[in-house]
Amino acid sequence: MNKTVLDFWVGLFVIAGIGALLFLALKVGSMSTVNSSDSYEVIADFQNIGGLKPRAPVKSAGVVVGRVADIRFDNEKYEAAVTLRLDKRYAFPKDTSAAIMTSGLLGEQYVGLEAGGDSQKLKDKDRILITQDAVVLENLIGQFLYGKAQEGAPK
Amino acid sequence: MLKQAIENLGNHTIQGVWRIGFASRFFLSMLLHSGTAFRRFGLTIREMYFTGVLSLIIILVSGLFVGMVLGLQGYETLQRYGSESALGTLVALSLVRELGPVLAGLLFASRAGSAITAEIGLMKATEQLSAMEMMAVDPIARVVAPRFWAGVISMPLLAALFSAMGVLGGYLVGVKLIGVDEGTFWSQMQGAVDFEQDILNGVIKSVVFGIAVTTIALFEGYDAPPTAEGVSGATTRTVVTSSLVVLALDFILTAFMFRGLN
Repeated sequence: MNKTVLDFWVGLFVIAGIGALLFLALKVGSMSTVNSSDSYEVIADFQNIGGLKPRAPVKSAGVVVGRVADIRFDNEKYEAAVTLRLDKRYAFPKDTSAAIMTSGLLGEQYVGLEAGGDSQKLKDKDRILITQDAVVLENLIGQFLYGKAQEGAPK
Repeated sequence: MLKQAIENLGNHTIQGVWRIGFASRFFLSMLLHSGTAFRRFGLTIREMYFTGVLSLIIILVSGLFVGMVLGLQGYETLQRYGSESALGTLVALSLVRELGPVLAGLLFASRAGSAITAEIGLMKATEQLSAMEMMAVDPIARVVAPRFWAGVISMPLLAALFSAMGVLGGYLVGVKLIGVDEGTFWSQMQGAVDFEQDILNGVIKSVVFGIAVTTIALFEGYDAPPTAEGVSGATTRTVVTSSLVVLALDFILTAFMFRGLN
């Protein structure tokens, strides 16, 4: 086999392989794992995070603005400390509130941010003070049953 | 009778240990002599043509069909729960994490591994390797190491091509044929597939499979009895052993890589 023909085919093969890798990286996967250089972290404490997991999206007005970087248990407050890694392009007021929500009825859980009215913006390592816990289905059902029992009770 | 059985067991054990020792020494000397494979990169490129380029057709076609079947079957199951929008996620995750590297590894073992074993076994049987030694050319450096590096470089590229073709096949069946919404197909996929966790781990897997398959193929060829029967037996052993090793390694790697997730 002619050497240049051989080189040509191997070159084509390598280009195709790298092209496939790029396709996987850009089109199939998301390179949007925000890296630390263009992101900042804020911490939010929740009493109950439900089924929230690391890498879950952080959304504001339905748009993904970051990801959950880390979830730890704060042994002093007995609360869950959730670290949110947000994109630097988006700045939020200091009194922004965070809530754990579910997409759809049985979908994945995500953190929803609702901007407040403060003129100061959240900075790296700041804490989000207003939080709303995940809705636990058992508690909801319990409350509902309790309410029903109250209704039916003789006056 | 019993003595005979014990003797057989002992004999097999000694043979097995000897082979493992020989294989490790072979592997080490292959690594030590890989300088030539890079200094005379033309040799490696030549081998990449035979192991990589000539495996392209079977890899691309199988990838496409595996993806299309995944699309069909995945849709069939997912639509029962009204979540056919997750089809992209299913196809991409199963291909990138498992099917791409594993099936490409199995195909690589039977397409390229068997050829390597037969070639080296025949070189040994026709005493080409001894002739090289007579001319003070190290056959490990000249023949074995370039084939090893060609396999190790080709394998991840082939696995990536397999996965990419599979995703394309799933797209063709899911979106073009069945009519899953194109936007949700891609966006759900991109939301679920992470570059580091999924794609990079898949690439690592395929590199490991490449090392395992080519090492087994080269060793079986180098160790083959120099007869027609010996070479044919070695070729069979290459395909069987490397397929089993790929499956076993895949289980171990998956247990390490993906256990902490989800």
